[in-house]
Amino acid sequence: MTRRLTALITIVSALAASCGGTDGDASGSITVYSGRSEELVAPLIDQFEQTSGISVEVRYAESAELAATILEEGANSPADVFFAQDPASLGAVALGGYFAELDGALLDEVDPGFSDDAGRWVGISGRARVVVYDSGKIDPAMLPAAEDGFIDPAWAGRLAVAPTNGSFLAFVAAKILIDGEAATLEWLEGIKANNAPTYPSNSVIVAAVDDGEVDAGLVNHYYLFRRQNEVGETIAANHFMTGGGAGSLVMPAGAGILEGSDNPDAAATFIEFLLGEEAQRFFADQTFEYPLASGVAANDALPPLADLAPPQIRLSDLAGALDRATDLVAAAGLL
Amino acid sequence: MTAPTADRLGPPARGTGSRRDDKAAPTWLWIAGVVVVMPALVPVVALVARVGGASNAAWDTLASARTAQLLARSIFFALVVTTAATTLGVAAAWVTTRTDVRYSRLWSTLLALPLVIPSYVLALAFISFAGPRGLFADTIGIRLPSISGFWGAAAVLTLATYPYVYLVVRATIVRIDPSLEEAARGLGSTAAEAFRRITLPQLRPSIAASSLLVALYTLSDFGAVSLMRVDVFTRVIYAQYQGRLDRTPAAVLSLVLMLIAVTILWGESRSRGRSVYFAAQAPRPPARLELTPRQRTAAYGFLSTTVGLGVVLPVLVLVAWLARGLLTGGVIDMRWGAVVGSLSGSVAAGVLAMIAAVPVAVLAVRHEGRVSRALRATVYAIFSLPHIAVALAVVFFASRWLGGLYQSFVLLAFVYATLFLAQASGATEAALTQINPNLEEAARGLGDNRLQVFRRVTLPLILRGLMAGGALVFLTTMKELPATLLLRPTGFDTLAVRVWSTANELFYARAAAPALLLLIVSAVPMYYLIIRPRQRT
Repeated sequence: MTRRLTALITIVSALAASCGGTDGDASGSITVYSGRSEELVAPLIDQFEQTSGISVEVRYAESAELAATILEEGANSPADVFFAQDPASLGAVALGGYFAELDGALLDEVDPGFSDDAGRWVGISGRARVVVYDSGKIDPAMLPAAEDGFIDPAWAGRLAVAPTNGSFLAFVAAKILIDGEAATLEWLEGIKANNAPTYPSNSVIVAAVDDGEVDAGLVNHYYLFRRQNEVGETIAANHFMTGGGAGSLVMPAGAGILEGSDNPDAAATFIEFLLGEEAQRFFADQTFEYPLASGVAANDALPPLADLAPPQIRLSDLAGALDRATDLVAAAGLL
Repeated sequence: MTAPTADRLGPPARGTGSRRDDKAAPTWLWIAGVVVVMPALVPVVALVARVGGASNAAWDTLASARTAQLLARSIFFALVVTTAATTLGVAAAWVTTRTDVRYSRLWSTLLALPLVIPSYVLALAFISFAGPRGLFADTIGIRLPSISGFWGAAAVLTLATYPYVYLVVRATIVRIDPSLEEAARGLGSTAAEAFRRITLPQLRPSIAASSLLVALYTLSDFGAVSLMRVDVFTRVIYAQYQGRLDRTPAAVLSLVLMLIAVTILWGESRSRGRSVYFAAQAPRPPARLELTPRQRTAAYGFLSTTVGLGVVLPVLVLVAWLARGLLTGGVIDMRWGAVVGSLSGSVAAGVLAMIAAVPVAVLAVRHEGRVSRALRATVYAIFSLPHIAVALAVVFFASRWLGGLYQSFVLLAFVYATLFLAQASGATEAALTQINPNLEEAARGLGDNRLQVFRRVTLPLILRGLMAGGALVFLTTMKELPATLLLRPTGFDTLAVRVWSTANELFYARAAAPALLLLIVSAVPMYYLIIRPRQRT
């Protein structure tokens, strides 16, 4: 037994030695905290390394958790770039004062409506809120044009939501900014009164709708296309709400450069690459998001961005309304 | 067997044991105990410090009726799962070690495996198997009733956690002297009576220690309950991390979870009271109960149902996902780095936790007192905390004061070991309570010093328990996610990270391969460390 233990320890130390290799900051290397999943963006980052000669170390995790990590690390963060899924996580870091101001040339490449007002982060690709529905059970003509239609008792038990999910909370924050707190609380209470089934995430809702477990759900638009890529045809379909309210929100995934970055030039080159044609085309075709720069058009399967009529709110304000949104979701009894 | 041994058995005696024989522990043992528990204090102190500056939002969340309701449901949920998992785990340990079922080593290995399946994968597998358009409805053509909800989630978590009880109890049961049971049988007791009156009392410390782990794990689980749509307390904590810039509400709520854990722990040690449980050591393997044909059918039915639901069903679903992905033109993207990462992290965590468990368990069992109770409480408290809370506290601490150790393998391994130390020390405590201190004292009397006694008498006797504890840590580290994501060295990959990264984006087909690998690479060391050595003890 003791020998077995000794052997174990030896193996572990050998393995540990083989994977502990972190080489310090050679010039021309950056660390990216990516809230975008490795499955989606790793090919893009490989491409960047090859074309630019800058080596990139990436830490993948959930956007909100990486934002929290940056806030905990404070000035000691090893990150140069934070590449996040949603404006709320970016806003959290911006409000904490850890983002440097971006170069005007980078900001100019994107419609200012999709970036931070103070220029601390820039939108990279757009993700629209949609209703995913079971096309076998629901006639799309019966679907409401705005989220307010779903508090009708006709929808009792039929619309799934993901109250703990970052995108849902960002949507609620947007609704606060558009309709005010009272109306938002009323809507949330309506959803609760309708006994909306709650799920942990968008992806699970899309799978549940496609599996016939629930009729419809409030999600982001691209999960459906991922599922189609994997299973072929789906019974689930997307409905874009066009009312100009929070239900038509388009949330950018975006990126910013950390104030404490020791290689801000390479970091800026990375963001420039993300906004370039190659990367934007990748977002259009591989992740089914809306490209926000370089004049690249959205995938044919999607309605054009110009037709979506997203609400006129300042995305910079979204993070500020987030805490209130969580309070209201809790007050309505959805948490 | 001699009379003094028999005296100790049966209903636990009160107050006579030398468990509380407070010969002061040597200073170095105290130092060792404090040193190994020290890392666990970092997150606890960080959370308490944060609560000091908590905002109104934090207290409002805590004081709301909804929070109280969720808390009550969480506790009831943990109670249901703990009861079920304990029953299942004890039965599985008994059937595989004490009856003449065939292929008992194969069953033994399979029965431990649900522990490595992340609970959200297990839940996903059940949902996608039993859903209205799921695998079952697709192939059989019959729609099953929905399995989501309180009882479905309880079933999934029972399957995910009974291996805690099974492994710890199994390590104990093989060391119980069979002659007492045999004597009881000879005097006319049925097998069931002999089990209840002779075996069960000796298993009490193991059952208590492992069901404590089940209860705490269940309280802190988020994956399965959220997928199966049960509203429990961890959900509120998770939402606070997702939906707030202000981190204090999450800290306050995490502390509540920790206080519940400490309360449960207090209840557990009260229930054990001053009883003594040590039993003679098995000098020989027990005669295995010969089952009647009907009993044999029942035993196989029980084993195959448990393994079927806990291992075969999820594996089938994973294989179906994989096949579907391959059929629609997907490729299996194998990353061997993830296998190496998972194994090295988990083995390191297991070994570190085994080393650290020794002083904690020895102090808790042999030198019970205020300090050793506090050490033990800290170890269990950290086990009950959401990993994200622990990871963020470590981020804060390590990024400031640990320099190059931040985001290093060494730190990650220490964090794993700290998170799961309770599993190793629980199993070790259970093993230690089984040893009669007279043995150790006899060795002392014969001139050995404390270290020699430990090495020559105590360690060989608790080794099985210690290894079982190490195995628990190994298996749970294999599926650990939140701390891995935030604290791993850049580029360090694990199978659990692969599963998360793919399943999270709804690439179930791509998630299947790493999930299956997770099972396979866990099964092999399990077999060699836990199941096979029995033949030689």
